[in-house]
Amino acid sequence: MRYSVFSLLAQALQGHKGWTPAWRDPAPKPEYDVIIIGGGGHGLATAHYLASRHDITNVAVLEKGYLGSGNVGRNTTIIRSNYLLPGNTPFYELSMKLWEGLEEDLNYNAMVSQRGVINLYHSDAQRDAFARRGNAMRLAGVDAELLGREQIRAMLPYLDHDNARFPIHGGLLQRRGGSARHDAVAWGYARAADSRGVDMIQNCEVTGITVAGGRAVGVETSRGPIRAKKIAMAVAGNSSRVAAMVGLRLPIESHVLQAFVSEGLKPVIDTVVTFGAGHFYISQSDKGGLVFGGDIDGYNSYAQRGNLPVIEDVMESAMALWPGLGRVRMLRHWGGVMDMSMDGSPIIDFTPIDGLYLNSGWCYGGFKATPASGFCFAHLIATGQPHPVATAYRLDRFATGRLIDEKGAGAQPNLH
Amino acid sequence: MSGQSFRLASGGLIDRTRALAFRFDGKSYEGHAGDTLASALLANGVRLVGRSFKYHRPRGILSAGPEEPNALVELRTGARREPNTRATVVELFDGLEAASQNRWPSLAFDLLSLNGLVSPALVAGFYYKTFMWPAAFWEKLYEPLIRRAAGLGRAAGAEDPDHYEKAFAFCDLLVVGGGPAGLAAALAAGRSGTRVILCDEDFRLGGRLLAEKREIDGKPAAEWLAATLAELESIPEVRIMPRTTVFGLYDHGIYGAVERVGDHLPEPAPYQPRQRGWRIHARRAILAAGALERPIVFPGNDTPGVMLAGAARAYVNRYGVLPGREAVLFTAGDDGWATAHAITAAGGKVAAIVDTRKDADPARKALAEQLGARLFAGGVIAHARGGRQLDGVTIRDASGATTALACDLLAVSNGWNPTLHLTSHQNGKPAWDETLQCFVPGTLPAGLTVAGSAAGRFTLAQALDDGARLGREAAVDAGLIPAGAGPVPATDPETTALTPVWRVKGAKGKAFVDYQNDVTDKDVELAAREGFRPVEHLKRYTTLGMATDQGKTSNLGGLAIMAEQTGRTIPQTGTTTFRPPYTPVAIGALAGHHRGKDFRPTRLAPTHDWSREQGAVFIEAGQWLRAQYYPKPGENDWLTTVNREVLAVRAGVGICDVSTLGKIDIQGTDAAEFLERVYINGWKALPVGKARYGLMLREDGFVMDDGTTSRLGERHFLMTTTTANAGKVMQHLEFCHQVLWPDLDIQMVSVSEQWAQVAVAGPKARETLRGVVDSTHDISNEAFPYLAARAITVGGGIPARLFRISFSGELAYELAVPADYGDAMMRALTRAGEPFGITPYGTEALGVMRIEKGHVAGNELNGQTTARDLGLGKMMSTKKDFIGRLMVGRQALIEKDRPSFVGFRPIDSAQRLRAGAHFIGIGKAAVMENDEGYMTSVAYSPHLKHWMGLGLIRNGAGRIGERVRAYDPVRNGDVVVEICSPVFVDPEGTHLHG
Amino acid sequence: MRINCPHCGARDAQEFTYLGAADPQRPDGLAATEAAMTDYVYMRDNPAGPHRELWYHGAGCHSWLIVTRDTRTHAIALVEPAKTRKAGAAA
Repeated sequence: MRYSVFSLLAQALQGHKGWTPAWRDPAPKPEYDVIIIGGGGHGLATAHYLASRHDITNVAVLEKGYLGSGNVGRNTTIIRSNYLLPGNTPFYELSMKLWEGLEEDLNYNAMVSQRGVINLYHSDAQRDAFARRGNAMRLAGVDAELLGREQIRAMLPYLDHDNARFPIHGGLLQRRGGSARHDAVAWGYARAADSRGVDMIQNCEVTGITVAGGRAVGVETSRGPIRAKKIAMAVAGNSSRVAAMVGLRLPIESHVLQAFVSEGLKPVIDTVVTFGAGHFYISQSDKGGLVFGGDIDGYNSYAQRGNLPVIEDVMESAMALWPGLGRVRMLRHWGGVMDMSMDGSPIIDFTPIDGLYLNSGWCYGGFKATPASGFCFAHLIATGQPHPVATAYRLDRFATGRLIDEKGAGAQPNLH
Repeated sequence: MSGQSFRLASGGLIDRTRALAFRFDGKSYEGHAGDTLASALLANGVRLVGRSFKYHRPRGILSAGPEEPNALVELRTGARREPNTRATVVELFDGLEAASQNRWPSLAFDLLSLNGLVSPALVAGFYYKTFMWPAAFWEKLYEPLIRRAAGLGRAAGAEDPDHYEKAFAFCDLLVVGGGPAGLAAALAAGRSGTRVILCDEDFRLGGRLLAEKREIDGKPAAEWLAATLAELESIPEVRIMPRTTVFGLYDHGIYGAVERVGDHLPEPAPYQPRQRGWRIHARRAILAAGALERPIVFPGNDTPGVMLAGAARAYVNRYGVLPGREAVLFTAGDDGWATAHAITAAGGKVAAIVDTRKDADPARKALAEQLGARLFAGGVIAHARGGRQLDGVTIRDASGATTALACDLLAVSNGWNPTLHLTSHQNGKPAWDETLQCFVPGTLPAGLTVAGSAAGRFTLAQALDDGARLGREAAVDAGLIPAGAGPVPATDPETTALTPVWRVKGAKGKAFVDYQNDVTDKDVELAAREGFRPVEHLKRYTTLGMATDQGKTSNLGGLAIMAEQTGRTIPQTGTTTFRPPYTPVAIGALAGHHRGKDFRPTRLAPTHDWSREQGAVFIEAGQWLRAQYYPKPGENDWLTTVNREVLAVRAGVGICDVSTLGKIDIQGTDAAEFLERVYINGWKALPVGKARYGLMLREDGFVMDDGTTSRLGERHFLMTTTTANAGKVMQHLEFCHQVLWPDLDIQMVSVSEQWAQVAVAGPKARETLRGVVDSTHDISNEAFPYLAARAITVGGGIPARLFRISFSGELAYELAVPADYGDAMMRALTRAGEPFGITPYGTEALGVMRIEKGHVAGNELNGQTTARDLGLGKMMSTKKDFIGRLMVGRQALIEKDRPSFVGFRPIDSAQRLRAGAHFIGIGKAAVMENDEGYMTSVAYSPHLKHWMGLGLIRNGAGRIGERVRAYDPVRNGDVVVEICSPVFVDPEGTHLHG
Repeated sequence: MRINCPHCGARDAQEFTYLGAADPQRPDGLAATEAAMTDYVYMRDNPAGPHRELWYHGAGCHSWLIVTRDTRTHAIALVEPAKTRKAGAAA
């Protein structure tokens, strides 16, 4: 059923009895053209673009829990394309363009809100580093503005601009950045893919990948074996575990990233703001909660929860940036398991096993990448060629040295 | 001032001799010491306290505890305003001011309650289905409207004037909850000598004992409570922390807690924090947090005047307030009957008891008669009426007939849910107990046990028994001999029979599952219809359980209705797990004092005071404050000052603190071998008494750090690192030694803070130094040539080290003395240099001179460059293995076209250069494909009288003389520059050896 | 988390810095190959379960420690000084 204000009002008159399930709940078929392992944002987006852009609809998305149970529902909902390196910028800009047309494409309001993303700087050196990034963005056709002290003061009057430790000197603004309603992204993709015939199989855990003659031909699942011509992994957070099923080791560590939401407040902050003297970012959801986060905890973890040192560090940054937050209460905190890659950038590539495709290594950037990740992964699976904006995301770049290390942190995942 | 017309003449734990004045929505009231804001409002007959989130429906007080979904207020005013504060846990103080929130223009008349009229369209998830067209309207129109209507209270908006602290505690046993189970546990453990911390979120210990009329050992429970508290207070190893919420359980027995030190006062006491955030390390913990009562979903169940039965009892027994004069009880079990008792005993009337159980137990019948209440066995409340205040209910009896009754209180009892939150903070899933009809703790985290109601053991006798048993166990665990297990105190009898009812079906009107987020039973049905059936989908789609009460009163109800819709049992449908914190925690409490100037520690160089006296402007360099430049009177901009400093150094002599550089002392027979492995260049041949520039890579081949390292003895080296990487390099060297090559005979220690170090630079540097170096040391050019490095003495025997190294390209030295002598060293050098016009210079001038000399620094050592990129590839030895050797040889890192390090000067020498500009070929389009590199560092050279830049550009070294654009669109810059050698001043290096 | 440092006793994990997997062994010497080094620098087992990993007690004794910790539960089974490990004994 098509969603619109008219269908909503019509349903209101009949007590909303006529709404149908957003997606079917089919039993798995014995064979598919493409199996996508992972019903998170990237897997669902891949299914949607396979079906809508490449007309490949004999597809199943296998999800071990419920749809959207991974990081798509555990992040701070920020979207932006303010990247530095040519390997990244066009990719994230494609993502931004897809975000901008997402509602129309999916007939689902994922509340994409281009409220602006501001990265604050606190020193001359940081200003120049942001100028370098802003200029790289402009060269790639992305919007970027470098703002000075007074401009930031006018836009964000509540911050501690004259912080006695790290005063705010200015900021890099991407006006087209913003946020989106994370769960709705997963649901919108799932519903759109389902409407084209893709099967969403929930509670279906992949326990093995069957390889015959060097080629992946099917999966073992908690709901029985399923054959497939192509198998695509989109299980960020658990990429190493799934890859290990076929004996692959990846340049990835799994780390926990915590996120926080405050109690609901009347609107206090319009844009997304990141602090430059600590790792901290904050925005406000449409429901009124302040959504914020910081660094990963820094140790390998699959536990989906973190510890107090990082929680306190995030709150310290919050207070340093915005001392009016002292009496605002943190309502919930949670953790997501991130694929932290060795250079801080993702991998969308073939694997050494024919018919097995890899989408992983999203680090902090997974949510904002969702549309382009699905788009480019679908392109790779359907055409056998990497999408032009994702050619740098190769698995062999660690061997060749064609790294995409935005921060220059090196082969240490917890520093990216 | 209105009277407390609902206050009982006697009874309760309030102090009627202490009147406390307070204001709510501008109106003055009076309450008593011992009241909460909620009890004081009820005493004054105030029922309407807030408005709901979506429909802006009038809401009152549902509970008497932390689970409150409705009675949220803005507490205090101005910079101390606290939005979304639960009136049920606010301890009343004199002068308290509170205001209702989420209403406009007033609480009684809220225009946004019009949302209720269009509410048929505002079902769960309606916003996902609309507002999509036209696309531009979302940010401009729809979203601002939604944002304004949503949200709850208003944040203060001004800097929080109060202080916060962090505190740490260690104990053998942490008891969470000071009710009967927790007190019994603390007592049993404390008597055995266990180090106990007992926390309770309430300001008064006792838990449910405060709200009930119970007997222990044949006497009123209050006597047992008083005696127990007295004994606990007398045990030195027991620490009692009231007003302290244990909000989270983290790994390895670490509990997060918040102590509300000053929230019960108008302002925190002088020198006291408002709140204290605790990290409690507990060997073992007992969760004795009790239970939370469950409401029933029926139409109008959110009307002010509908209250949980246990809360109604608490208001009568603890606060001496009658929550209604004409009550109806709606109960699914025995427990609710105690409320009927309490209300009757307090002089209220119970008009009817609606017990959902059909069986007409004669004892209940008799009791109802005795209470003067009509009994509707097998009945339900079909509807609660009233807008801003309850005025009656419609009862549907077992036969289906309806009866309308007037009442001003509807007490609802549907059993209790164990407060098991902490047990699920480590991913533990609660288990459904079919007999008890509630979730009980499942797999427990290591070190945590659960006592009493929190474990689903709801009777007082069980609580006392569990507490005593687990308390003794904790003592044993702590290696102590438990005190004798006396008899568990006897209690008066109680029954907990219950047949829960999750919702009343077949009635018309809005029936709320989640009060605060306005989630109705119809919303849950819609979620089921649309396939949002997993419990997480249910929560995320309908927002059930996502409000500030975190679903304490709603999660199970929602789950039960979903189970009913999908023909499954509750445990098949899902579980109710809880993320931390147990209740919301102020951000300030977790940040402690780390804000403003104290956000991060400030490190000061040993010469800081001297620099300040010289009028230095300081700059943050990581945690350090470094002197940036030293303006003189009349110098109005920094560039004038910096130019003066640079010229003074090159013409005479200047001094600059470099104490912040990392210094690592490395000794041992393998010290030279170790350096060979961590640096790219050779060290074994370095003579004693000489320094050498070294470059180290990360194992991935990119440059990590650089600095000079001196050989002070055959087996003794002193390494310097950049300021920024001092800690990182130390850690790296320790890694290389301990993890990679433990067989090497070396020892190392950081001496960064042990030595004050100053650069003395300029043609007059030697003559200046001559004035402080003891005359026994020959520092002539012959005796102390370029790169000499030796221990000397200064000022008459003070140990010092002198290094003839230069960052500025001038004749220069670095002089190091023990840190305590740093200040004296600066003063002595200033005196000695006076005849030569010695000039203090800061990091800016230092930066200008290093750019003039083409030295790389932090902007170039950014983790993305190799030694080859920086023109230092020839330093890499091919005769030895070193960290990073293999990875730097990877295909992409040796391509000729990689951006490499060169200098840049503007064709028009008046034009300013800026770091961060990208290089684009002349005549080429400004697009990513034509991006050739970027400017890393720039400075104005007072010698050349124009700006100069350093940067990385494709095949830079092969393009000297070529012109490119330095394109800087974010600052509207576009300057034509010529690629040149990175050494701008004295390329032959003659100054250095002078 | 708490880490039981063999030299300092049980300390808050905040005193330590994490590096990563402890088992990969650096291919030392001039004979080592680029492929082996790539594997050492970049490839990880990243197990969900017991993990031998390196922590540095930077705010304490400056020891590098090998901690065996379950990445699903964070429970620590063993803490050993890295220095006592004999070359080739691990993995």
